[in-house]
Amino acid sequence: MANDAQTLSSAQVVWNGLFKENPIFGLMLGMCPTLAVTTTLQAALTMGGCVIFVLICSNLMISAMRRQLKPHLRILMFTLTIAVFVTIADQFLKAYQPEMSEYLGAYIPLIIVNCLIICRAEACASKQGLRISVIDGLAMGVGFTLSLSLLAGIREILASGKLLGMTVLPLAEDGGWFVPWAGMGFPVGAFVTLGLLLGLVVHLTRKAKG
Amino acid sequence: MHTIETLALGFLSIVVVNNFVFTKFLGICPYIGVSGRLDMAFGMGLAVTFVTTLSGSVTFLIDSFVLTPLGLEVTRYVCYILVIAGAVQLVEMYLRKFFPPLYESFGIFLPLITTNCVILGICLFLDQWQIANFLQAVTLSFGAGIGFTLAICIMAGIRENLILADVPPCLQGAPITLITAGLLTLAFMGFAGMIK
Repeated sequence: MANDAQTLSSAQVVWNGLFKENPIFGLMLGMCPTLAVTTTLQAALTMGGCVIFVLICSNLMISAMRRQLKPHLRILMFTLTIAVFVTIADQFLKAYQPEMSEYLGAYIPLIIVNCLIICRAEACASKQGLRISVIDGLAMGVGFTLSLSLLAGIREILASGKLLGMTVLPLAEDGGWFVPWAGMGFPVGAFVTLGLLLGLVVHLTRKAKG
Repeated sequence: MHTIETLALGFLSIVVVNNFVFTKFLGICPYIGVSGRLDMAFGMGLAVTFVTTLSGSVTFLIDSFVLTPLGLEVTRYVCYILVIAGAVQLVEMYLRKFFPPLYESFGIFLPLITTNCVILGICLFLDQWQIANFLQAVTLSFGAGIGFTLAICIMAGIRENLILADVPPCLQGAPITLITAGLLTLAFMGFAGMIK
């Protein structure tokens, strides 16, 4: 990771999280939920919210105990800390958003093994102070949510012509012109859209560098 | 006879029809990260298979004999993670003792098996599908591992040949791998509906 050991200003951390080291398009971390929950925008936003919560809390905890960590037990401590916060998020969703909790199913507990959170614990929280860790958690989480929403937005519009229940493209069967792309709702849509978006990002970055 | 049929069908369904990588998007990180060479992909697949089988069976036992009777379902995720981390530690020690070259070549990816979604995934899905039979739980966990091995080996085989292909510069590396994976899922969708 680029930001080892050196001291960073808060603005730099935010910039890194949102754009330069964007979790999905820059670091390529947390791919499983990215591909799985991006069938609708609402699911993507819920997932993003949970990840932001878990990321901030786990970064805070790990930063607070970073001096006590033993190298060989590190990963275990990270995952245990994360598991606790994911349990909290899961119980909260079950209580207040039962439908969404049902829809996301096993993907909420699977946040525990989201590489993004463990990577931030390892690369940032176990080396930096409390303030930077929390800002990093927030920035990375928001960057993750933004990328997730982009992918989910594209897939939802192309698969059903709707976004959050509002019609964007009038469907052919309702007198419009748009024929939905069924493939976008299937796994293939997720893989190919993400691949093409990633290619676009690489292309634009190269162009910007000249 | 009936049990054997159920087990065989369950195994087949989790290996090809409901393959974790292609239909549930689990284990994508190692799938993209370690699929560069066929031998490494195969070794990785076997290590993951061992850990899924072990932790799938152990978490099933813990779940049905400890957590559910005592009403401690809230601590389920923490327990699962502890079991998985223990199993990975076992594999790590075994490989370091008996296959040092393989241990060296895995490097950081070996401890990261702990965070492989396939493993936690199978533990969670066993609970979600409400599997009540221990033998079935073992078969399904083993099948999930084999399915992952199959997927990662197919991908590694393709990527070894992809090196020779003329890919547009902006799509080289991860993007083309993702698109290839997308096309593979299309192929595997052909199995859907084979087992009711």
